[in-house]
Amino acid sequence: MDFYRSQVLVCGGTGCTSSGSAKLIERFEAQIAEKGLDKEVKVVRTGCFGLCEAGPVVIIYPEGTFYSRVKEEDVDEIVGEHLLKGRKVQRLVYVDHKTHESSVQKSLNEVGFYKQQMRVALRNCGVIDPENIDEYIAFDGYQALAKALTEMTPEQVIDEVLKSGLRGRGGAGFPTGKKWQFARASQAEHKYFVCNADEGDPGAFMDRSLLEGDPHAILEAMAIGGYAIGADEGWIYVRAEYPIAVKRLEKAIEQAHEYGLLGKNIFGTDFSFDIHIRLGAGAFVCGEETALMASIEGKRGEPRPKPPFPAVKGLFESPTNINNVETLGNIPQIILKGADWFRSIGTERSTGTKVFALGGKINNTGLVEIPMGTPLRTIIEDIGGGIPNGKKFKAVQTGGPSGGCIPASLLDIPVEYDTLTSVGAMMGSGGMIVLDEDNCMVDIARFFLDFTVDESCGKCTPCRIGTRRMLEILERIVNGKGEEGDIEKLENLAENIKNSALCGLGQTAPNPVLSTIKFFRDEYEAHIREKRCPAHHCQALLNYEITDACRGCTLCARNCPVNAISGTVKQKHVIDTTKCIKCGQCMTNCKFNAIIKN
Amino acid sequence: MENLVKLTIDGINVEVPAGTTVLEAAKKAGIKIPTLCYLKDINQIGACRMCVVDTGARAFGAACVLPVSNGMNVKTNTPKLRDARRVNLELLLSNHDKKCLSCARNQKCELQQMCIDLGVEDTDTFKGKMNEYEIDDLSPSIVRNNNKCILCRRCVAACINTQAVGVIGPVNRGFKTQIKSAWGQSLNDVACINCGQCIAACPTGALYEKDSTKEVWDMLANPDYITVVQPAPAVRAALGEEFGMPIGTSVTGKLAAALRRLGFTKVFDVDWGADLTIMEEGTELLGRLKNGGVLPMITSCSPGWIKFCETYYPEFIPNLSSCKSPHEMEGAMIKSYWAEREGIDPHKIRVISVMPCTAKKFEAKRPELGHDGMADVDAVITTRELAHMIKQAGIDFLNLPDEDFDNVLGESSGAGTIFGATGGVMEAALRTVYEVVTGKTLDPVEFHEVRGIKGVKEAAVKVGDLTVNVAVAHGTANAAKLLDSIKNGEKTYQFIEVMACPGGCVTGGGQPIVDAQTRLEIDPKAVRAKALYDEDAGKPIRKSHENPSVKAAYDNYLGSPNSHKAHELLHTTYTARAKYSK
Repeated sequence: MDFYRSQVLVCGGTGCTSSGSAKLIERFEAQIAEKGLDKEVKVVRTGCFGLCEAGPVVIIYPEGTFYSRVKEEDVDEIVGEHLLKGRKVQRLVYVDHKTHESSVQKSLNEVGFYKQQMRVALRNCGVIDPENIDEYIAFDGYQALAKALTEMTPEQVIDEVLKSGLRGRGGAGFPTGKKWQFARASQAEHKYFVCNADEGDPGAFMDRSLLEGDPHAILEAMAIGGYAIGADEGWIYVRAEYPIAVKRLEKAIEQAHEYGLLGKNIFGTDFSFDIHIRLGAGAFVCGEETALMASIEGKRGEPRPKPPFPAVKGLFESPTNINNVETLGNIPQIILKGADWFRSIGTERSTGTKVFALGGKINNTGLVEIPMGTPLRTIIEDIGGGIPNGKKFKAVQTGGPSGGCIPASLLDIPVEYDTLTSVGAMMGSGGMIVLDEDNCMVDIARFFLDFTVDESCGKCTPCRIGTRRMLEILERIVNGKGEEGDIEKLENLAENIKNSALCGLGQTAPNPVLSTIKFFRDEYEAHIREKRCPAHHCQALLNYEITDACRGCTLCARNCPVNAISGTVKQKHVIDTTKCIKCGQCMTNCKFNAIIKN
Repeated sequence: MENLVKLTIDGINVEVPAGTTVLEAAKKAGIKIPTLCYLKDINQIGACRMCVVDTGARAFGAACVLPVSNGMNVKTNTPKLRDARRVNLELLLSNHDKKCLSCARNQKCELQQMCIDLGVEDTDTFKGKMNEYEIDDLSPSIVRNNNKCILCRRCVAACINTQAVGVIGPVNRGFKTQIKSAWGQSLNDVACINCGQCIAACPTGALYEKDSTKEVWDMLANPDYITVVQPAPAVRAALGEEFGMPIGTSVTGKLAAALRRLGFTKVFDVDWGADLTIMEEGTELLGRLKNGGVLPMITSCSPGWIKFCETYYPEFIPNLSSCKSPHEMEGAMIKSYWAEREGIDPHKIRVISVMPCTAKKFEAKRPELGHDGMADVDAVITTRELAHMIKQAGIDFLNLPDEDFDNVLGESSGAGTIFGATGGVMEAALRTVYEVVTGKTLDPVEFHEVRGIKGVKEAAVKVGDLTVNVAVAHGTANAAKLLDSIKNGEKTYQFIEVMACPGGCVTGGGQPIVDAQTRLEIDPKAVRAKALYDEDAGKPIRKSHENPSVKAAYDNYLGSPNSHKAHELLHTTYTARAKYSK
């Protein structure tokens, strides 16, 4: 094995790849070779570092220097200065949004974004080369599997997971150990262990990052789970829109086979386990486990009523256990470090960590992993670095289309399954969208419902027609055509859809509406009664007005596409609101801030 | 083996076998839970959410698919449940073409009935965008109007599960979901077998037969035409239901009287054609047995089955009896034998068949079923269409006297009558084959092994020295199973009866609709069959070869069964069909 004095870690996650990290790697390798450093410095394509907002991200070890937004043309300087002369390139070093401090003197873990995080599921993401099984093994990879197979009975494995308190990270939070127990209890010749990688919440990408950054951890967890429940075959159902993840999984499976870590008689035991990949076409509903199984079987991806539960009658009619990617990401370490270690992280009923995809009106967008119980405020203000442009925080949306909005008044609640549910939101798979004063809460509800209406499979009445009718009411409201009684109608529909829809998708679809009505009813009322959008967001409810600051420069009138502005030179201009299409061109062009939205 | 489960439904203690659904258990407790997508033995998918019940779980469960468990405490009638059902029903109405007055299912619609039962009026509570779909009326048998569809998927289940055809399914998603064939093709362009079991399964007016009543009214009004009508055996076992009579009431006499009052020149009976079929088919079977012909021979009365065989099992085409179906035989005889006898120009004759079947509409248009440029049958109406005509004509059906069919193609044996039930053709054939081969009188005449509603029935029948292995299948999914067992060498038979529809013609796609709630209590397959078996038992002649007017037809016109003339008029050919259009 070769030893290198420096390692250049370049993020190869989807985010950084799409902002050009592949080119960076080529350039680094070429430059390093040109300078004759290729025996001393190694370039590693890693998984996601999490701070996608700062991408493409490059980290140079052993110093742990964190370069952000690196462009191809910056590479020569980094190689020439940092790697050759040992001088950090100050201008590219990451600057903390909140403190405006440069991280030049700090290593990665001391940066505000990372300081309060704790990486369990994502521990190898951004650290190892995900396409190299040796790197995974060097970080204790496949040791948990060895331990489970050679030192533990299946019951002991389940017991450990049960004791750890691990709950499903896909959204509902069902205890993983219990799920495994049920599947173990089913008597059958053939059982399946399925990994649900059909991540579909808008904005959530922790599963993708984990698959891209640490695919072997998922394979190892599946083998452990397969051993525990008595399955001999595993399936990964992953979205076809995740090509990097799919490629790395395929490679990982191949490598694991080569090393005898998958296949027949693993570690010389009589446990055999194989894993197949099934690509999903990106239907949100296929994340629901019965729909997922139908899709693997080649049928239309639609949920069916439970019971029978998958643990009794699942994939191809056999007992099946299904876990989400992030849930599985925790398994090897629970087996290796023990349930007590895991329990020591987080809170009593929500143990361990949770990964969130932080997005929206926040400075540090990206992936964060925090111990359960961390206050929302810490995530948003410290890790997320607060709201950009000095705007005021309004709410945070968690749980995606099944979740809800948490207002500023509840910002100090701890992030745990039950607390989030009790305030009308939910953990969900981990989307966390920050909203500021410019976001209209009615429109946010409309946005999420629009998603569910689009993604409804159409099987059951309440979801197929009910969510559609709710969306129509919301569209009416944001378009200034809301009527007295619309809120009550929404509540009535929501209640009945929650109660009577067939699957979890339908049953939770009204949540974004209910939670915004609960905390922001006044915004709904303003839309309906006063035909006013308090956030000045809803186009149909906006009126542009010219104030006395107008100098009569005529620029607005010349830029108006529908000639709605009249006035003579050096006189105050006037907007004809009946003609105005609210495109905002006048406001953009006004040099005197004389145009306002009302 | 039965494990009993104790539970409480609305405070009533119920004890039912494990595996029972809450819906069935509630029925035992005298509680009727409303259903729409549920159809006993056919569709259990919990999709419509009308049968929701509260078991204390996070969300309501669908009683139709929820298995009982010990100690379960089920509530079926709380304010929240009533509200959920009302809202779901109003949601269905908000996307339903509510022109009930012009709907084929008006007053026989389960959606309409549920509105009455639940007190939901058309309040436009959830008025919103409605889907607008083109009506597919290109098939000669089945019309689909998706504007009436509530997406219960009962038709889909009937098509794929009961019939092993599967040419329809949900396409698109969410609010835009509709039941269609792949690539939006018309039912006329896919491998549909025209059986109409989808219609029988539909709770609303989204599926109905292609109307032929207007055509028949025009024929009746045309003074140049001699109109000859012939109802199928199964029609008499069900027509009364359209006039409020109990399922399984035989109305043979009233049927003849009503047809006469509608103005048909002659009222014949396909029971006669059935007797004729036995003569031809029985002879064909004996010939194949004797001369090493292709065996097993399979009956050819059911046009849905024929199209199924041609499309999905073309390798069995040589096994099909070359006999035309009974009404086609009789049509051919009306336009030849009877026309000659009466001195009528056959081109002036219009033969109208009343059928329990929608596939017969397709069959009548098959080019090979005719002679001298004339189709054997000119129009086919279903039992339901006949009922419409009787109502339109103002005929007081319930108070009609019993009348006889006209001579000479109206006289029949009990063997002809039982053609309408699964196993009936087999039994009728065995009665004749036995006596023809052995020269002995058969006593008793019943073959109970081939009766009943089991999907596939088998018997080994002793005919003199000969043991004939026979099988009966009804519902094309059962037929497929049977054919597969022959293909893979598991089974060997000499004679097989297949009817496309489960239960045979009595529950054909053209028969009066039996709604899902009634089907929970009554199996129309068995009850209607009983009407035919009872009629057979009461008839003086019970074997086809003893029908005097059939004998006369051979003596005076055809010669002998399978004669050259008989072949010309009464036998046909088949065509292998592609499953997919180009």
